[in-house]
Amino acid sequence: MTDAALIWSYLSSQPLLWLTATLFAYWGGDTVFRLARRSPLANPVMIAVILLALLLWVTGTNYSAYFEGAQFVHFMLGPATVCLAVPLQANLKAIRKALVPIIVALFAGSFTAVASALGIAKLLGADPMLLASLAPKSATAPVAIGISEALGGQPTLTAVLVLLTGMIGAIFVTPMLDALGLRDWRARGFATGVAAHGIGTARAFQVHDTAGAFASIGMGLNAILTAVLAPLVLPFFL
Amino acid sequence: MIPALAIILAFQLAGEVISRGAHLPLPGPVLGMLGMALTISLSARLREMIRPVAQGLLGHLSLLFVPAGVGVVAHIPTLIAHGPALAVALVVSTLLAIVVGAVTFTLVARLIGSASDD
Repeated sequence: MTDAALIWSYLSSQPLLWLTATLFAYWGGDTVFRLARRSPLANPVMIAVILLALLLWVTGTNYSAYFEGAQFVHFMLGPATVCLAVPLQANLKAIRKALVPIIVALFAGSFTAVASALGIAKLLGADPMLLASLAPKSATAPVAIGISEALGGQPTLTAVLVLLTGMIGAIFVTPMLDALGLRDWRARGFATGVAAHGIGTARAFQVHDTAGAFASIGMGLNAILTAVLAPLVLPFFL
Repeated sequence: MIPALAIILAFQLAGEVISRGAHLPLPGPVLGMLGMALTISLSARLREMIRPVAQGLLGHLSLLFVPAGVGVVAHIPTLIAHGPALAVALVVSTLLAIVVGAVTFTLVARLIGSASDD
């Protein structure tokens, strides 16, 4: 073996290389996102995923070898979920003031997100593994991944579906709600957070501060409700 | 930073133990979040201690999705086979959920006379 091949075989068996690559790919994605003036079409996660997928393909690396390194980043999803308590607690006053609309809209939006996705996918021939991976797609990624695992879905497939859901929500929400003439920023933001989690929430903050605050409330509450609702609704579609 | 991280991990750990011990549908980190929200409502000191680390972590939340997202490489055949079904399900259900949520919120707020601040 040549020196280069020896170094490669060492690096590809260690976490360092893929951890470094993950951070650089995200840095690249985030740079493109900023250059594109934070357009929801230039989602930094999507760009990083495409860069890394190409890199894995070019180097002939399989996903489990990649994950050996990337698991250190992945692990932080759990603590990050716990940290969602901070914005949720900061918004307690706003939640209390609009408690009734929040609760009713939460149940309506969350149930629609789970049941309509399952119904459509089932009609179009999706199998049980796919349905279980799809059910929690509107919840924030760390929670959706946990729910998918518990339901017998594929957590990595869920991660991709969650990302796509957020991007779809972020791209269409403003023109769609404008067309419907809905002007209550609380309602607009809240519904976006429930249906399109963190990516939708980031979009809501760009449009209006009140919408952003209510989107974070919607995202936080739907993380809890989806964990309860998805296991109850899924059996009706299997 | 280390005490804050230790406390955050402890809440997650307690959440996992309760979730698994009591066979709850809520994932451990979600229980940890609920416990943390309750605790920082009661203790301003803990809230101030956790806040910088929480803001740091949540400010880079998107980065944390990347490793799971790369898992798409293992699912390309599934995504191709079910592409149209998944695309229709994702687009229709996400947009429908936003409209249903926003319309419900607006109607209920109007019904009970809860005005927005701006």
